[in-house]
Amino acid sequence: MPSESKFEGKNLSRTFGSGKKLVHAVDNVSFSIEDRQIVSVVGQSGCGKTVLAKMLLRLETPTGGELLFNGKPIARAVDPREHWRQVQAVFQDPFSAFNQFFTIRAQLKSSFNLFTQKPSDKEMEDRVDQALLAVNIKPKEIEGKYPFELSGGQMQRMLLARIFILRPQVLIADEPTSMVDACSRASILDYLMKLKQELDMTIVFVTHDIGLAYYVSDAIFIMHKGKIVEQGSPDQVTQSPTSEITKQLLDDIPDVHKNWIDRAAAQ
Amino acid sequence: MSAPIFEVDNLRAHYLTRFGQKIQAVDGVTFSLKAGEILGIAGESGCGKTTLVSACMGLYIPPLHLSSGDVKIDGKSIIGMSVEANRQQVLARQIAMIPQGALNSLNPTRKIKDLATDMILSHDERTDKKSVHDRLRQRFEKLGVPKPDEVLNSYPVQLSAGIKQRVVIGISTLLDPRVVIADEPTSALDVSTQKAVIKLLFELMDQNIIGSMLFITHELPLLRHVSSRIAVMYAGEFVEMGTTEQVIFDSRQPYTKALMGSMLSAEPGQKNKKPVAIEGAPPNLAYAITGCRFAERCPQVKPDCKELQQVIRIVAGREVRCKYAE
Repeated sequence: MPSESKFEGKNLSRTFGSGKKLVHAVDNVSFSIEDRQIVSVVGQSGCGKTVLAKMLLRLETPTGGELLFNGKPIARAVDPREHWRQVQAVFQDPFSAFNQFFTIRAQLKSSFNLFTQKPSDKEMEDRVDQALLAVNIKPKEIEGKYPFELSGGQMQRMLLARIFILRPQVLIADEPTSMVDACSRASILDYLMKLKQELDMTIVFVTHDIGLAYYVSDAIFIMHKGKIVEQGSPDQVTQSPTSEITKQLLDDIPDVHKNWIDRAAAQ
Repeated sequence: MSAPIFEVDNLRAHYLTRFGQKIQAVDGVTFSLKAGEILGIAGESGCGKTTLVSACMGLYIPPLHLSSGDVKIDGKSIIGMSVEANRQQVLARQIAMIPQGALNSLNPTRKIKDLATDMILSHDERTDKKSVHDRLRQRFEKLGVPKPDEVLNSYPVQLSAGIKQRVVIGISTLLDPRVVIADEPTSALDVSTQKAVIKLLFELMDQNIIGSMLFITHELPLLRHVSSRIAVMYAGEFVEMGTTEQVIFDSRQPYTKALMGSMLSAEPGQKNKKPVAIEGAPPNLAYAITGCRFAERCPQVKPDCKELQQVIRIVAGREVRCKYAE
């Protein structure tokens, strides 16, 4: 049985500006993101990976080509909230994603506003509690607290708790670990795996670190200058890369067991 | 053996809150740097790395206060000056800092050359605008920054993150400081730009523009390549300090071991080896802590760990703050 594809891009493009200043942020890419997989989009800053993620989230409109979600084109006419019930995101900076003037709990609860029919107050409270426990935070710990009272790692987990509450089909994680330290990063990755296993979610993981991508994903797309230059399974991409870009990315990661910068040569 | 350039002796610094609460953010830190040496400092967020930077520069701006200890550059103490005197005599000339948010440390409304002039003139009144520009241009050329003239005449928004970070490094080190403290200089950059920035720092060391460096980061794989020695910091204290090989491949202190366990690398056979997160959070430093600060989270905790004050001892050739490490 061929596996179903969640997202399908056909010659998808997004350009900004016009005339001489025309920029091809995403340039004629075709891809397929399978259901219940973790797919990583890897590339340097400015390669177009965030624009691609925004198109999947319906925050940017493609300027060319077609983007299918569950086999149907994402139509502009439909209420975007319809799309967001199924596709949700976790961003790089959790502090800019939460309002500083409301308690975290109130904001988590308000995410139920996305649904046309809200559950009862009791059920909403219960689901918030469950979601907090799912990311290893005791509901008491954040009782009455505001976003600035928590650390970056804790706030990033709050964003993930929101995903546990909303239970979308697809999660777009755009550099969720680039602002947290190495120890919290391991736990954030754990929760992403948990989301996939427990809620059968499809996850699109956007990152510049191919090492991270290798850990979590079922498939890796390498992007460069708006194009997908290589795609394949993590082992295939990291062990026998065919594209120069991939080799460069692998080479640039400081790794404990490999030579990284030859200092004698620099002298 | 050459004499150390930079000596930090039992340095303790605390924050005093409005309510009179004393938070001991840096506690009993001792180390020294020789010429051409890079010491890496690793530790998780909130362990006091950034406070240590201010403390090492002798920059005590309330609420940060010095508790005790001394910092010496070339044998001369830099502690106990007023902020103004410190800025004129010590900062930028003897000790300079490369900040973490380099992208935010450039004033968006001013051209690079104007900003650099202001900064240099505030540290060194004898120079003039023209010579600062010339020096900066020469330095950029030396460091391989593409199109130095164009960069000098640009506003920060016109430059990419990598170039901005290089500009900040260029300005920070323009007065050839003896010691440079790099506080997470690459955490906001992608891996390829990171490599270029690290190469630039090496270049500065190799051309003897800077004497020694303190490199602060939480990326252990990066430290493996950058520093010759590593100190691991936890809750304001150094818990293990030794050569890079000792700390990364043969760590003895339980916290260092746990940090190594949370490391990731893209190698064959590593995919199913899950990185292990360290559960729990570091202790609140507003309260006096008796015993080992890591005891609450330590997987190898012994009954007396919570009572016993941990002192630095030498285990297998490196300094370790753990009674049971072996």
